[in-house]
Amino acid sequence: MSNPKQARSSYYESSARARIAGLLEPDSFHEWLPAAERVTSPHLATLEQPAAFDDGVIIGRGRIAGKNIFIAAQEGGFMGGAVGEVHGAKLAGVLERAVRDHPAAVLLLLETGGVRLQEANAGLIAVSEVMRAILAARAAGVTVIVAIGGQYGCFGGMGIAARCASAIIMSEEGRLGLSGPEVIETARGVEEYDSRDRALVWRTVGGKHRYLLGECDVIVPDSIAAFRQAVTACIDNGDDWSLAALEREHQMLAERVQRFGACKDGRDIWRELGWADPDAIAMLDNDEFVAAAHGHRAKNI
Amino acid sequence: MEWKSVVEKIFPDGHEVEQTGNLIRGYGRCGPHTAAVIGTTDHTDVGVELALAMAAAVINVIRDHPARPIVFLVDTSGQRLRHRDELLGLNGYMAHLAKCVEMARRRGHPIISLVYEQALSGGFLANGMMADVCAALPEAEIRVMGLAAMARVTRIGEERLTELSKSSPVFAPGAKNYLLMGGLDALWEGDLSLCLSAVLKNIDNTDHRRSLGYERGGRMLAYPVVQRVLASA
Repeated sequence: MSNPKQARSSYYESSARARIAGLLEPDSFHEWLPAAERVTSPHLATLEQPAAFDDGVIIGRGRIAGKNIFIAAQEGGFMGGAVGEVHGAKLAGVLERAVRDHPAAVLLLLETGGVRLQEANAGLIAVSEVMRAILAARAAGVTVIVAIGGQYGCFGGMGIAARCASAIIMSEEGRLGLSGPEVIETARGVEEYDSRDRALVWRTVGGKHRYLLGECDVIVPDSIAAFRQAVTACIDNGDDWSLAALEREHQMLAERVQRFGACKDGRDIWRELGWADPDAIAMLDNDEFVAAAHGHRAKNI
Repeated sequence: MEWKSVVEKIFPDGHEVEQTGNLIRGYGRCGPHTAAVIGTTDHTDVGVELALAMAAAVINVIRDHPARPIVFLVDTSGQRLRHRDELLGLNGYMAHLAKCVEMARRRGHPIISLVYEQALSGGFLANGMMADVCAALPEAEIRVMGLAAMARVTRIGEERLTELSKSSPVFAPGAKNYLLMGGLDALWEGDLSLCLSAVLKNIDNTDHRRSLGYERGGRMLAYPVVQRVLASA
């Protein structure tokens, strides 16, 4: 059992460290390169920006449901979880260690806006190294599970990296995409994408839409306990890294463009999926939503 | 450089490469090797259709031509910045392309990429940066964001960023910076077909970018940080 007090609490509201404490069995977490080792970003110091002693990501090993796993958790509270050189190397290190040590799974708690602009080149290369390391871990038979449910969502290159994993667990509050709404609004204008229209953003990148589209595998209520249960199930489900699985995914993505390519809004897609009243989706609690989504998702795998 | 000239120079022994929309694909011969060519052109952005088309091209090479080297020709202004593409899950399409490239690698296809014009952030991650060997023409532009935009977002003066970029490769645009940081293996100059055949002679499928960045002095922390993670209790 994990710490019951932390496990009941909101995943969204929790810090990266509290998420780890709530997900793992008590006292099972062993941190690598903890804050005491002061592995910080020198690039931020050059630009006279504050640094964090863990560079915004906590990594280590621990146990969940009796299984030994590796874990990394991005801290949205530090620079929106943005990936710099050290931050990215810590993520890649966990995954590459997994190729060597074969834990039962690697769990990535992602909360990030993507590349940290103050060290943009290092960040972009690091995200690429993380993508390759995720796929290397999977090719080595290690299941890689991504959880998304924090305030900053999961965007930029890390939104691509997330979809390289074996499975994604999201809460309704979680958001997953490539370019964030502000980026698109800045580039194309508010008529293209109004980043302050929270309902529109939610219908575009929110957990329920991602679940219906088949972009995430599991949707859970916003509690650490619910995430833990889903992680355990994903570990048991294992992974399918095969050409056949990729070809199935290709088929799904091709059908998605054909079927929904002309849709202007999440609601149009949901209607096409057979939801008579798309506006009611936001009101359903997680259990009702999952039950109602049966047969009304774009994913049948 | 026009993609046609690039293809002429890389594959003087013959090639059959065609453009459909902004996608280029086909194959070329370089000495004893026949390589598949997949790429984009006209500084195109990459939306769901183009990412899917590139993925289809990779899957076809895996199916029809086992172990054939794949050469990505990169020219992109980045991921498409449209609401519609985000609605459809562009990140998932990009990841699918990256997975196809990884699958090809695991099945013995050497993966080479050449940035011949422009490579920007998200459009570069899913193909060019997935290669075993990533090269660029010297005049190619590689960046996440220009300094002016970066100055606005980070609220650090553009003059200060420009000044700092003279001594640090870490944030400023430019192929040379990516070379120093290990994100590029080499700049290809002179006889491009010699460049490709040299690469094909001793390509391997491990990710060397961290150690390259360390050796070249442009990215001094990534490598030791990973080593420390590997050595931790």
